[in-house]
Amino acid sequence: MCTLEKRGRVLILTLTGSGEHRLGPGLISSLRSALATARSDPTVAALVTAGEGRFFSNGLDLAWAKNSSEGLSTLVRLVKPLIADLISLPMPTVAAVTGHAAAAGMMLAVAHDYVYMRGDRGVLYMSELDIGLPFPDYFMDLMQAKITDPRTLRDVTLRAKKITGTEAKERGIVDKVCQSASETVAEAVKMAEELAGRNWDKGVYASIRLSVYPKLCKSLEIPQESDEAVRKHFASRL
Amino acid sequence: MCTLEKRGNIYLLTLTGSGEHRFNPSLLSSLRAALSSLLCSSHAPNSALITCAEGKFFSNGFDQSWVRSAPPSQHRIISDLLRGLISDYLSLPMPTVCAVTGHAAAAGCALVLAHDYVVMREDRGFFYMSELDVGLKFVKYFEVFFNEKIPDNQTRRDVLLRSARVTAREAMARGIVDRAAQGIEGTIEEALRLAEEVAATVSDGSKLAEKRKLMFSETWRHVSAAGGSKL
Repeated sequence: MCTLEKRGRVLILTLTGSGEHRLGPGLISSLRSALATARSDPTVAALVTAGEGRFFSNGLDLAWAKNSSEGLSTLVRLVKPLIADLISLPMPTVAAVTGHAAAAGMMLAVAHDYVYMRGDRGVLYMSELDIGLPFPDYFMDLMQAKITDPRTLRDVTLRAKKITGTEAKERGIVDKVCQSASETVAEAVKMAEELAGRNWDKGVYASIRLSVYPKLCKSLEIPQESDEAVRKHFASRL
Repeated sequence: MCTLEKRGNIYLLTLTGSGEHRFNPSLLSSLRAALSSLLCSSHAPNSALITCAEGKFFSNGFDQSWVRSAPPSQHRIISDLLRGLISDYLSLPMPTVCAVTGHAAAAGCALVLAHDYVVMREDRGFFYMSELDVGLKFVKYFEVFFNEKIPDNQTRRDVLLRSARVTAREAMARGIVDRAAQGIEGTIEEALRLAEEVAATVSDGSKLAEKRKLMFSETWRHVSAAGGSKL
């Protein structure tokens, strides 16, 4: 389902196989386990997530859900803590969008601090409008946090626009466009290494990310420290 | 610490001296005292305020040496004074222009963003939220303020979560700064030009202040203590 590879201080999480990497209970669980490994390894200072094959992730495993509303709501419920894991991960995260990222798969991508994407093929696509599915609240909170240009957000959510890497870069969703899947991964790893090299305190990084996305972290039920705790931390560092 | 002078209808608040203009209780209180004279009195219509600084630095943030010498129970004094200073700028009944004449870092960046308009020196100096590099977290009002003042995701992420050193040109491209100029004098001159332009359009400063507090309502909620912002 996914593999972990360590390169220096960067952990590379790859969604394996040539399929669509759809988020069903199995893959969600593997991903959460991988993120727990990243979190607990003191030698890991940055994370890159990539996919093999044509897809980064094509969204929820609708086949598993058998298009039942119970199945669907189960998957929506299971993905939320996965997104929360990423938003609370105490290190910089870089998504290497090596193929199509649709619906929950696009959410997985933009839940990273930096999004690198190939420009030669593949699209970001919130398909929900096209296939008649609603957005879970936390999907919209994530999109509103990460896609702050109003027209881009409108095109993504209300037009179900398929956005290439190049367009996504122009519109502020993607940070860097690369020429191929392998270049996307290589550049993402390079960025992750640069970020790891800043030697930031992990707890501070996690705290500041929550400060950058306070509404999202509330939506994902990630607790934020009180001002008193922040002041205590400050005093302890003098 | 600071001086307040008047040039025609433009008030010029200068952080004086060649040092880093770091925020300790003395400097913050002096700034608040200078602003209180503008908050309390009625002025001629079509006024404006420019804040600038002498020397290499606009402000390099909180005075860490003061903090280290103060008992822990007093640490929040400078945080609360900065909060009050921000509430003063939000309440000011005239347009405000920051002339970023030198480096602005950490809490110094907060002072910059507390203004309606920003003119920044482009030949040297950075806008640098150093907290991540230095290992400091944000208290709530600070977080709310930066979220309201820098709504663009990639910009806010780079400024806060990457501790990027942003030049004037980059800051302009990213919507943090309005104009760039050469040298300290050039920056102040451009700020004077901009201040005159915007002052000409605002005859009722108190209405401006009300709208500003509404525009940044979340920040206002966090920086204005119940019943007043003086501490």
